[in-house]
Amino acid sequence: MRIQDTFAQALTAVITQPLRTLLIIVAMSIGISSVSVLTALGESARSYVIHEFQALGTHLLIILPGRTETTGGQPPVFGETPRDLTLKDAEALMHSTHIAALAPVTVGSAPVSVHGLERETTIMGSSAALRRVRHLNMAMGQFLPDTAFDQPRPVCVIGQTIREELFSNSPVLGQWLRINDRRFQVIGVLASEGQSIGVGLDELVIIPVASAQTLFNNFSLFRILIESKSKASMYAAQNDIKRMITLRHDGEEDITIITQDSIVNTFDDILAALTLIVTCIAGISLLVAGILVMNVMLVSVTHRTTEIGLLKALGASQQQIIGLFLSEAALLSLAGGITGLIIGQLSLKLLQQVYPDFPLQLPLWALLAALSVAVITGLVFGILPAYKAARLDPIQALSKR
Amino acid sequence: MIELNNIHRDFQVGEQTVHALNGINLSISAGEYVSIMGPSGSGKSTLLNIIALLDQATSGSYCLDGHDVTHLDETILAKTRREKIGFIFQFFHLIPRLTAYENIEIPLTLAGIAPKLRRDRVTSALDAVGLTDRASHKPDQLSGGQRQRVAIARATIMHPAILLADEPTGNLDSHSGIEIIELLEQFNQQGVTLLVITHDASLGQRAHRNIRIIDGQSST
Repeated sequence: MRIQDTFAQALTAVITQPLRTLLIIVAMSIGISSVSVLTALGESARSYVIHEFQALGTHLLIILPGRTETTGGQPPVFGETPRDLTLKDAEALMHSTHIAALAPVTVGSAPVSVHGLERETTIMGSSAALRRVRHLNMAMGQFLPDTAFDQPRPVCVIGQTIREELFSNSPVLGQWLRINDRRFQVIGVLASEGQSIGVGLDELVIIPVASAQTLFNNFSLFRILIESKSKASMYAAQNDIKRMITLRHDGEEDITIITQDSIVNTFDDILAALTLIVTCIAGISLLVAGILVMNVMLVSVTHRTTEIGLLKALGASQQQIIGLFLSEAALLSLAGGITGLIIGQLSLKLLQQVYPDFPLQLPLWALLAALSVAVITGLVFGILPAYKAARLDPIQALSKR
Repeated sequence: MIELNNIHRDFQVGEQTVHALNGINLSISAGEYVSIMGPSGSGKSTLLNIIALLDQATSGSYCLDGHDVTHLDETILAKTRREKIGFIFQFFHLIPRLTAYENIEIPLTLAGIAPKLRRDRVTSALDAVGLTDRASHKPDQLSGGQRQRVAIARATIMHPAILLADEPTGNLDSHSGIEIIELLEQFNQQGVTLLVITHDASLGQRAHRNIRIIDGQSST
């Protein structure tokens, strides 16, 4: 029997049983649409987060004081606290040829006030290089001046929320604000970064690192942010940093280096796993659909006993009968799969209307995978009914009127 | 053409074993016209099913066209059925969703013949049974006689050497019954071996040879 004839026969059987066809298509489309919507959500969340992290800069290295690993040997009975990261360390690292830019960071919290308006906010002490390292955009004015790290200056750059709350609509640049009991002149306003992950840039006040250190009376650094010269030089930069810090810290490598890559990879892995789990949960509905396909096909086989008996009497082999019923199941589930994808796409469009900021899209591989999963489900659950049909005894089948 | 040797066919009905066929010996040569008669339950349908390769004998041997077909695997059996045997049923057994044309076409489709060749053969088969103008009718739009003609066209479309009819007129009025028998006899005159099971003695007498089956045994 020619394959196209098999499908043509299956197609007439599908068309002449509209209720059965409808049932299977509905069940299958629910399964496929939920799988495709949830896959799209997971995938979009993943690409969204990764995009956000990549926006931080692709060759970013973050140095944290302290280390999560022990150095081996005896347990530290007398306790050994890690040495602080200092501005001197930062200055020393500047000598590495693999480092393009370096920004020391201290962070603290302090009240900020202007003309009697006051609020508590995060104060970040850093240097001019921070702008480059974190890819910051200015709404107006300029960023911190490029001076030596240890030189305090009474200037600050503020975030959009701070500007709104303390200055509302009055001009900002050149105005003075008070942090604790020190005065700083506003020289710039950061552009709003509504979706940035991590520190809320909008509620930040950035001042030179030396000023922050005296402000908080704390001379250790919170982090050092480093941009390597290229992606390739990241490892060399990492080695340089380890070597230099170890030298400066009495032979102890008491820092942790986090690379952009490792963060992105971690999130990528976590979110991919999440997507997979969510998709599997949605897959249960596909299983239910598959069982329905099997049920309906079994009923169909019982219903068409005479026809099957006749086909056998006319010389159809068991393989041909299996082929006929399997192609019916495949056609039905393919139709269900396509319907499900259309429903899924419509739901995604709807979601996109509701959450326009969130990038939603079903990747092509997921689209093809959904279709093939639908067909495979149909085939797997169509095997039993098809086999039952093929095994029918033609004489008994034909004795029924 | 057909050689049956000591054919037994037992059925298990509950605790009891029913001997539907009890040592049948039968030899039919090519081109013969044979009627099989007998009371209900005598085993004549079972005999026909075995000849049609729809059923297998419990013991005994069956030679078809010089080949032993007693024990063949399912695929070859199906192929032999398709190519050598045409079967006509009392209840026509047309597929209700297909037109007369499409019903006749089934065996050709199963045999994997190209659509263009199929069209020619179905058209001439429809012509042979006088139903050219009913080609696109569904079975429920046809009379009993017409349905049986479609069934005959379907049974003969592969040009089988043997035509088996299990009470082909059992569900028809006597007028269409005669027409159907005459149509079958036409095929016999063209050289097709014809076996007809019938209850109707007058139809049975038309055959060149009559076989009576009583209690699973034949008497000529």
